[in-house]
Amino acid sequence: MRILYFAWVRQKVGIAEEALSPPAEVRDVAGLMHWLAARSPRHAEAFAQPRQIRAAVNQEFAQPESLVAANDEIAFFPPVTGG
Amino acid sequence: MARISVQEAVFDLAAESAALAVGRADVGGMASFVGICRADDGIAAMVLEHYPGMTEKALAGIAAEAERRWPLTGCTVIHRVGRLEPGAPIVLVLTASAHRSAALESCAFLIDWLKTGAPFWKREEFADGTTRWVEARAEDEAATSRW
Repeated sequence: MRILYFAWVRQKVGIAEEALSPPAEVRDVAGLMHWLAARSPRHAEAFAQPRQIRAAVNQEFAQPESLVAANDEIAFFPPVTGG
Repeated sequence: MARISVQEAVFDLAAESAALAVGRADVGGMASFVGICRADDGIAAMVLEHYPGMTEKALAGIAAEAERRWPLTGCTVIHRVGRLEPGAPIVLVLTASAHRSAALESCAFLIDWLKTGAPFWKREEFADGTTRWVEARAEDEAATSRW
């Protein structure tokens, strides 16, 4: 699974992307965030307030209950501020 | 098919407008929106980042939705990324149609949807070197949902 971080999520985690293999019980975006938060103190700080974080699965906006699979590209980022 | 571009370089509104009219006689009007970097709170610059790949797909999807809702003869969306100083143009939305209402309405729709539906993030830089991420605004969500 390819995990990407953008904006302040990237700054807090300290890296832009990582390749990970979460256990099978990580089924959805919310579960993945919970699992990621336990990886390091920096991850924990980045994911401390999950409601402030948005996600995309395979480059489509996703919801906490959106399913994730082994070969997916998952991105985490703050609400968008373009335009 | 809309023209979509995510780029560091500045865009040329006159050239982009001309491109939507050249060689055709069915264009009755064009509407454009140009977003400009303001100097709110004395910022020195705005740094825009995006999600390469997803950004282009999201913009193409939003443009396709505009083309589904209005009879457009042309549509161009250009969004800049990188470091932009106050006064610099950030985004261009340009729509062309046989009649003004389709051009004007679709242009407003596109910029409203772009603000909440495309993965860009702005960071403000101040003269003393400090930076601050721009927070999403509830008004932008409301502007999106009116369509």
